[in-house]
Amino acid sequence: MIILESSNLLNLFIKAAFIENMVLAYFLGMCSFLAVSKTVKTAFGLGLAVIFVLGITMPINWLINNFLLEEAGLFGTDLTFLRFMLFIAVIASMVQLVEMVIEKISPSLYNSLGIFLPLITVNCAILGGSLFMVSREYNFSESVAFGLGGGFGWFLAIIAIAAIREKIKYSAVPPALRGLGMAFILTGLMGVAFMSLMGIDPEALTGGAK
Amino acid sequence: MADTAIQDVKKKESGISFGKKERKLISDPLNDNNPITVQVLGICSALAVTSLILPSLVMSIAVVFVCMFASFFTSLLRKQIPNSVRMIVQLVIIAGLVTVVEFALKYFNFTVYKQLSVYIGLIITNCIVMGRLEAFAMANNPWKSLLDGLGNGLGYGAILLIIAFIRELFGKGTLFAGTGIEWKIIGASPDYMINTLDSTWFGWYANNNLMVLPAAAMFIIGILIWIQRSYNEKLVDIS
Repeated sequence: MIILESSNLLNLFIKAAFIENMVLAYFLGMCSFLAVSKTVKTAFGLGLAVIFVLGITMPINWLINNFLLEEAGLFGTDLTFLRFMLFIAVIASMVQLVEMVIEKISPSLYNSLGIFLPLITVNCAILGGSLFMVSREYNFSESVAFGLGGGFGWFLAIIAIAAIREKIKYSAVPPALRGLGMAFILTGLMGVAFMSLMGIDPEALTGGAK
Repeated sequence: MADTAIQDVKKKESGISFGKKERKLISDPLNDNNPITVQVLGICSALAVTSLILPSLVMSIAVVFVCMFASFFTSLLRKQIPNSVRMIVQLVIIAGLVTVVEFALKYFNFTVYKQLSVYIGLIITNCIVMGRLEAFAMANNPWKSLLDGLGNGLGYGAILLIIAFIRELFGKGTLFAGTGIEWKIIGASPDYMINTLDSTWFGWYANNNLMVLPAAAMFIIGILIWIQRSYNEKLVDIS
């Protein structure tokens, strides 16, 4: 039973990291993905912070959702309309907490992460992860695996694009396409490439209509 | 003469006027300072919904609404919000408005609500709303902030609709599917305006399946940025 459970969790981790990659399949967390991917070093720091925050907030939000908001929870009434506000408050306060802890423990890491930490609050991947968790009805351990897997996938994706963008500086890109325009097209290409990991989903190709 | 002067003063005091500056607040985000192609804000929740025009339209309206009123309320409260917790206060204001939008949509159009799924909730973390609150509403009066929110919401919506138009036309061969005035433009059946089965000129045509995938939106935005920057040279990235 335990083996079955853990292989199921590993499956979910891999699915969240590669097949349903937050950035390349759902286009979540795109703003910081494009803004902070100019060098590999900063991308690395932000990626780590995202794994960390996603891994923490997901189980906390699961507990809040299942024990406070759902009808079967502590208050006995359906409080799910408070979901957005509570989730975002948890995320914002967790980010604040992580910021303070890192500042205390390792000032050098804090300085290198700088403004990226508060940026994570408005990274849609974090809130999106929690909302996916609710709509897909994961249990507690699944939500941990999904959080860590999603964070890891995000980390991989931002490092990959930062490396490509560092190299592409030496290429002759048309001036009007330089920087941002190229980053968009690269992300699109990476998204297509990542699709090969799942094989091409027939439903996505037919638009799900048939 | 004196009357109009007094009126002008009154307008300035209450802050509600609609002159050149205010018009610029609305028109700027449509081109020179577009939230998506120039400020790179709000791409997150935008791309996944643009495969059809209807959900994009609903999404744009929701963002315009949230952006306008979040700017307005934040600006009203800007002198009371302590700097250290301003992010949380802003997020709670936004989250409240988004909850209103979610319930309204659930009530009026349940199919679109299902299609948009988590993306309605993600308006909260839509960087346009947050970015405008930080950059504009915290430093300007409520009326100007309202207009700025409106302008940026419209700039976002305009790009969303352009992408959705291209993706729906080339991906599915229809326009406005699901709205009741569905136009079937091109496809392999007699229902369509151009029937590829017995057309002399379009027999080769097939829907482009790439357009249905979210990656197509990235390519389209990349190309839009390319076009915009070749006309507007001051936007070109020099570094």
